[in-house]
Amino acid sequence: MKLSTSDVEYVARLARLEISEAEKDKFTAQLNDILRYIDQLNELDTAGVAPMSHAIAVTNAFREDKVVESLGTQKALANAPDARGEFFRVPKVIE
Amino acid sequence: MELHQLTIHELQEKIRGGGASALQIAESVFSRIDAVEDRVHSYIRLMKKEAMAAAVRADEQIKKGDIQPLTGIPVALKDIVCTQGIPTTCGSHILHQFVPPYNATVVEKLAAAGAVFVGKANMDEFAMGSSTETSSFGPTRNPWDLERIPGGSSGGSAAAVAAGECIASIGSDTGGSIRQPAALCGVVGMKPTYGRVSRFGLIAFASSLDQIGPFTRDVEDCAIMMNVLAGYDPKESTSVRAEVPDYRRFIGRDIQGWRIGIPGEYFIEGIDPEVSAAVRKAIETVRQCGASIVEISLPHTRYCVAVYYIIAPAEASSNLARYDGVRYGLRTADARDLAEMYEKTRMQGFGAEVKRRIMIGTYALSAGYYDAYYGKASQVRALIRRDFDEAFTKCDAILTPTSPTPAFRLGEKTDDPLQMYLSDIFTISANLAGIPGISVPCGFSASGLPIGVQFLTGHFEEGRLLQVASAYEKSAAVEKRRPSL
Repeated sequence: MKLSTSDVEYVARLARLEISEAEKDKFTAQLNDILRYIDQLNELDTAGVAPMSHAIAVTNAFREDKVVESLGTQKALANAPDARGEFFRVPKVIE
Repeated sequence: MELHQLTIHELQEKIRGGGASALQIAESVFSRIDAVEDRVHSYIRLMKKEAMAAAVRADEQIKKGDIQPLTGIPVALKDIVCTQGIPTTCGSHILHQFVPPYNATVVEKLAAAGAVFVGKANMDEFAMGSSTETSSFGPTRNPWDLERIPGGSSGGSAAAVAAGECIASIGSDTGGSIRQPAALCGVVGMKPTYGRVSRFGLIAFASSLDQIGPFTRDVEDCAIMMNVLAGYDPKESTSVRAEVPDYRRFIGRDIQGWRIGIPGEYFIEGIDPEVSAAVRKAIETVRQCGASIVEISLPHTRYCVAVYYIIAPAEASSNLARYDGVRYGLRTADARDLAEMYEKTRMQGFGAEVKRRIMIGTYALSAGYYDAYYGKASQVRALIRRDFDEAFTKCDAILTPTSPTPAFRLGEKTDDPLQMYLSDIFTISANLAGIPGISVPCGFSASGLPIGVQFLTGHFEEGRLLQVASAYEKSAAVEKRRPSL
C-alpha cells in the first residue's frame, strides 16, 4: 500500500476536508487502487521530455490597461453566507 | 411530427415560413417536459417563466423580420455555466443557493442569437463523473432505458436533447463529458479545440482541459451552434484569437480522397462487441464515401487515463479551494473557528467523488510527490500530443469508438471509481492534446441502446471535423429512432 490511513488524514488536512472514519478507510483503499493504476506511467522513460502544461501555447494574454466597470461591492457580497458593511464576515481566527 | 422533435434547421424553416411561432415551439417543449421529466430528470431547474417571455420576445423579432441563427430555439444549459439571477449549482450541494451576478460568455452569445433557455441541466457534481450519478440532486436517466445512466458528466444536457425536452443544449467536456453522453444518448456532441470557445463564466474543473460545446440532433445543428459559440473573448485569457469560419459551409461537402486514420490502440480487447461491430461498419461507410482508410498508431493511448487522473484532480484541487464558505456557497452552521469552518463546510458541501478527486490532486501536488506525479504526467501528456501531431501527418481525420460500451446500469460502477474512469478511455486523449472531437450516432445495440462513433481532427479544424461527420451521417443514414418514453 502506497498510502496509509494516516497519509489520507494528512492529505485531507492539506485539502481542508474533514472526513469521517468510514470515509477514511474507503478513501485509503480507493486512492491506493487509483495510485497503483497511475504507477504504470513509470514504465515510460520521459528523460528530456518537456512537460506540457497547456494544450495551446498562449503566452502573456494581455489586454489593454483600461479601467472597466467591475462587479461592485453589493453584487460581490450578495452570495456571502455572512457579511457586514463592505466585508465578508467569518468566525474568529484566533482566540 | 411534433415541434419538440425537430432540429434547429427544421424549426428555422418553419419559423421563416410562418409554420410555427417561437411560443408554439416553447409550448411543445414544455408539454414534453411535463410528460417525461419526472422519469428522466434532465434538469436541476426549469426556466419556464423566463422561456415563455423569451419566446414572446422572439416572436416580436420574427414579426419584424429580425431572425437570428437561434431565434425561438429552446436550448438547455448545463448547470455549470453561470446565468445571471438564475441559481447555478454545478450539481453540488455546496452551491445549491448560488446565484451568479453575471452571465457566462456563451450564455450572452446564445441569448444574442435568439435562443430561448429552457433550464439548467443536471450533471455530475463539479462535472466529475461519467454517469450523472454524482449529482447532489439525484441522477438523470437514459431516455432509451430508464434503468441505465445517460453518461456524464453532461448527462442532463444529452438526455434532454434525446428526450425532446429541448432542441439543443450546452455541455462541457474535460475528459469526454460531452462526447460520451452524446454517444450513450444517441445524439451529436462536440468538444471544440481548447481555446475555441470562451470559458468565461464556466465553473472551473480542470482548467487546462475544460471546454464548452454543443449537443444537437444532427451535425448541421452542431455547425449552427458552433457558429454562435466560437470565437475569441477578451474576458478569457485562454481563448484564442483565431479566425472563425462559417461552420455551416462545411456541411454537405464530400470527403473524396480524404485519409481517415484508424488507431489500432482504440480497438482493444474489452470493448463491447456490438460497439466494435457498429464502429467497424462506420469505417466501411466512410470508405464508401470515397475516403481511404489508413492504419495509424497512437502509441501512448494506454497511458491517457493515468495521465488524466493526475492532471484533472490536481487542477481540480486548486480550483475547488475557493469553496470555503466565505464568499459564496454553503457555510456550515457549527464551527468554532475559521479552520474548522473550512473543513466542515467542505465536508458537508462536497460529495464523495469530489472529495476523492480533491484528495488525489492534493496528494499529487504535495511536497515530495509533485515530480513523481504531476511532473511525470505532464511529460507523458506531451508524448500523447506528439502522437497526434505525428498521426495527422498521415491522415486528415481519425475515427474511433466514442465509448467502449453502450449505457451501463445505474449503480453498476459507483463503488469502483477506476472502472468508472475507464469509460472515458477513448475520449480523454482529445482533451489532453487539446484537439476537437465529435461523437455521431452510428447504430444501436440489439437491446436498442445507442452507439456513437468519434471523429478527431487537428487543432482549430472544427470545420473539417464537421465536414467528415456530416458526410458520414448522410451516407450512414442511421435509422431514425426515438426513445419510447
